[in-house]
Formats: sequence, C-alpha cells, structure tokens
Amino acid sequence: MTVPILEVKDVHAAYGPVEVLRGVSLSVEAGEIVALIGSNGAGKSTTLLAISQIITPRSGDVRFCGESMIGLRGDQVIARGLVQVPEGRRVFARMSVDENLKLGAYLRDDITAVADDLRHVHELFPVLKDRGGQLAGTLSGGEQQMLAIGRALMSRPKLLMMDEPSMGIAPLLVTRIFSAIRELNRGGLTVLLVEQNARGALGLSSRGYVIETGKVTIGGDAQDLLRDDRIRSAYLGD
Amino acid sequence: MQDYEVFLQQLITGLSNGMIIALVALGYTMVYGIIELINFAHGDVFMLGAFLALTLLGALGMEAWPSHWQLAGVAIMLLASAGFCGCLNWSLDRVAYRPLRRASKLSLLVSAIGCSFICTNLGLFWGGMPMEVFAGGVAAAAPKDFPQLIPQFNILGESAIRIVPADVAVLVVTVPLMIALVYLVKRTRLGRAMRAVAQDATAAALMGIPVDRVIGITFFIGGALGGFASVVYALYNNTIGFQMGYRAGMDAFTAAVLGGIGSLPGAVLGGLTIGCVRAMSDQYVETRWTNTIVFGILILILIFRPSGLLGSTRREKV
Ligand SMILES: Nc1ncnc2c1ncn2[C@@H]1O[C@H](COP(=O)(O)OP(=O)(O)OP(=O)(O)O)[C@@H](O)[C@H]1O
Ligand SMILES: [Mg+2]
Repeated sequence: MTVPILEVKDVHAAYGPVEVLRGVSLSVEAGEIVALIGSNGAGKSTTLLAISQIITPRSGDVRFCGESMIGLRGDQVIARGLVQVPEGRRVFARMSVDENLKLGAYLRDDITAVADDLRHVHELFPVLKDRGGQLAGTLSGGEQQMLAIGRALMSRPKLLMMDEPSMGIAPLLVTRIFSAIRELNRGGLTVLLVEQNARGALGLSSRGYVIETGKVTIGGDAQDLLRDDRIRSAYLGD
Repeated sequence: MQDYEVFLQQLITGLSNGMIIALVALGYTMVYGIIELINFAHGDVFMLGAFLALTLLGALGMEAWPSHWQLAGVAIMLLASAGFCGCLNWSLDRVAYRPLRRASKLSLLVSAIGCSFICTNLGLFWGGMPMEVFAGGVAAAAPKDFPQLIPQFNILGESAIRIVPADVAVLVVTVPLMIALVYLVKRTRLGRAMRAVAQDATAAALMGIPVDRVIGITFFIGGALGGFASVVYALYNNTIGFQMGYRAGMDAFTAAVLGGIGSLPGAVLGGLTIGCVRAMSDQYVETRWTNTIVFGILILILIFRPSGLLGSTRREKV
C-alpha cells in the first residue's frame, strides 16, 4: 500500500467560537486528481486554509509527504510544495502580470529553474505572456484565474489545491482551465480540486469527497460518486 | 531685500522644511499603506531620535571636535538615530500592534494613541536626565539647544538671499533616501513583497510571503526614515523638545493625507506643499494664522479630491 502524499486526519477548525470543521478526513495519492465537493458554506475553503496552515486547526493532523504540517508557518508549508490557488483568484490587481508571476516564485532562488517554469506557464497560458506588462486587475475573470494558477505553479508545487477555479467564469474558459488542469496532472502534478461544479470536477478526478457542514460524509471513486443517488440529487441536479 | 528676494528666501525655507516633513510623512504613509493604521506614535519616535542624537553628541563631545570631524559626527548621529528609531518602531509593531492584527481597526488606533503617549513621556523623562548637553538643571520639558555643527555661511556669498550649508545638508540626506526608498519598493523582491502584503495579505501569505515579518520590516524602514529626519530637523532648527514629535507629526501626517495616504510620491508632494504654505503664511499673513491656513487648504483639497493629490481612487476588482 502506498503512503498518500497528503493525509488530513479528523481536522477540527473554527473562526472564533464558531466551529466550522467538525472532523475532516481525506487523503490524496501522488499523481491523482481528487475532487472535494460540497454546497455553499460547507467548509471547503476552510479545509484548504487549514491544510495550508493559514488558519490553525484546533485538533487533528495534516500530513504532507509523511511530515506533519501542524505548527509550521505558511511559508514553510509552501516551501515543501503544498500550495493553493485561492478562492476568488486574488491576483494582485495593481501589479503587472509579470510581477504576479514573480511573486509566485517568492521563496525560490534557483533562478534558472524559475525561468524554465515561467516558460512552461507561458506555454500553458499564452495570454499571460502577451499581457505580461498589463495590470492584473485589468484582466478578465478567466484570465485572472489563469494568472492565479500560473502564479501558484511558479512556486513549483508537488500538490496543488485549487479552490473553485470555475467560479464566475465563462463556460468556454472553464473548459480551457479544466483541460489545463488535466494537462498539468499528466505532467505529474497532484491536484486537490475544490468545486461546486460537481459534475465537471468529478469528471476530471479519479476520486472524490463530499463535505457537508464541516464533515466529510462520502468518499470514493469519482465514477461511482457520479452514479450515486444521494450525490445526483444533491449536487448534480438530476 | 527686494520683494522677489523675500519670496525666494521663504521658498527656500519652505522647501527645506518640506523635505524634512516629507521624510517623516513617508513613515506614516508606508505603515498606512501596509496595514491601514495611522501610527500616531511615529512623530514621537521621530522626537526620540533627536534626543538620541543630542545625547550622543554630548557623550562624544562632538562640539569640541575639529570641524571636518564634526561632519563624521553628523554621519554617526544620522546612522545611530535611524537604527534606533527603526528598532523602536519595529518594537512598537511587535509588542503593541501585531497582537491586534485580527482585531478591529479601532482597537489598533487606540493602541497607537497609547504608544504615542508613552513615547512622549519617555521624551519628557529623557529630557529631565542630568546631562551636561541638556544644559544641566533646565526643566525636563524645556526645549534643548541643539549645537550648530554645520557651519553658518551664505553659499551665495554676498547675495541677499541666503542658502546655508544646512539647506544643502537637508537635500543631501533626504533626496538619496527617497530615491533609495522608491527603488526598494518598486524594484526589489522585498518591495514586491511589501506591495503584495499591502494589496492582499492573505493572498501574499499563500505565496509564502512571511506577512508579519514584511510588516515589521516596513515599520523598521518607516522608523529609520523618521530617525534620519530627526537629525536633519535638529541640525536645521537647532532646538529640540519632547513636544516636537506632536508638532512635526501633525505636519507630516497632514502631508501624507494631503498627498494621498499610501502613496510615496504623494507624501513627498504633500510635505513640500505644507512646508511652502507654512513659510508663505508666516511671511505674508501672520504666524498665528499658519495652522488655520494649512488645515484650511487640507480640507479644501480633500473636498475636491477625497483621496488626496496623488492617492488612488481606483477600487480593486474582486
Ligand atoms: N473569516 C470567517 N469568519 C467567520 N466565519 C467564517 C469565515 N470564513 C468562513 N466562515 C464560515 O465558515 C463556514 C464555511 O465557510 P467556507 O468558506 O469554508 O465554505 P465553502 O464550502 O468554501 O463555501 P463556498 O462554496 O461558498 O465557497 C461558513 O458558514 C462561513 O460562514
Ligand atoms: Mg469556498
């Protein structure tokens, strides 16, 4: 049996007195795309923030490549290759596209490898090359999402967590972004994909989890989940 | 003296004072830019920098040094006060502001006002210490003479308009610092990190930027600029006192708002504007009206340009 690259064990987390995660457990194997689906306010984003140690879990453990992330600073987590593309893109609007990409490589000083990665990001999303000098805030929503993904790739992640990359984006660009995710995965990147677009996300993934009010309630093979009656009625609108 | 000569003289005074105000204003605007806090203690940190300079001057007996050595003395005071004020400002953030990062902006503001009072009182205490350079025995609250280390002669020779070496010293210190600051913020990795934290601290953290450390460094740099400014101020005005932080802080804070708080060029423009308006009002109206005129202009400008002269009116697209 292989050791999962990411293992989240019974994580509890809260904002002040309000407990939002009430026992989240999931795991991701190297090379997989895993979907995490759930409705509004279920705790998907909070789960990713707790994994990245942006918020500190009250209890439970987050293990990445066999090492516990609990107690590490955010930059230490990223330096280990556990990176996320935040919900709502959050590009630095008043900086150029180039500067945003440079910030993605903030922790790295292997200059030649950074240049290689930049070329790779430009190949994946040519628009980021054409618009290099433009302020990020002037890009369209879909282009900003590409920038957010490109920026995260610049940190050379081992596992990339994406929080609703399809949110508020024209369908054509969603297709483009999903195919980029598949391409990245073929190139060896492991992905944890948070989505409300459950059909799209499960279609892309090998496995999936469902989170409901702060608890992972269902988990399994993505194809099985797509056929599961509870999921079909609650998340696929069938 | 001809009319135009009087005007030019006041302009020179205004610009020199304006550059000093601008240097202090940069400290307000940098901190505001990154955590949206008006660091009310900044003016008092500036004041303590001047006290440190005077103490050093006395302790090393700089007044008795040969004149070309005194220039080195000035450099020592500049570096010492900058380092001291930088560390002090960093400590204020570490002790009084950082624990309140997630608290309301109002709590942070109250904490800053508290820090300001504490620093003012430190200055009062310092001024009461029995030191020869404070002209021993003079009351703690009394203004202290700051010895004239820079020679007093007119660079323009016989001209009616006076430009003294102190005017040049102001430029020699402030201009390179401002250029260095802009270079740091616009062109370096640290500067990029500072702008990223200013725009979106959470997103910056997700890029691996150590947000609290970057904020701390910003406080250090702002404080250090105030430290440089305090020595220049003391050399230019030849008197310091525990209340100078309030007065200079008020001018600098106003300059920062006038120029557009958060904007570096705005702080410089605001500082120069306030320096010149003060000088002109002192000359052509009356000294006691100067504050009224300065704040009258501030209010007028803010009515027509609420975000200041160079402040951004743009809101980010989320
Ligand atoms: N900063 C915060 N302070 C307090 N409560 C919060 C905060 N952020 C989120 N919450 C609450 O935590 C719960 C989970 O939020 P979370 O953002 O993790 O949900 P989500 O599954 O990502 O939802 P969505 O699909 O809308 O993005 C919600 O009830 C939300 O109101
Ligand atoms: Mg969310």
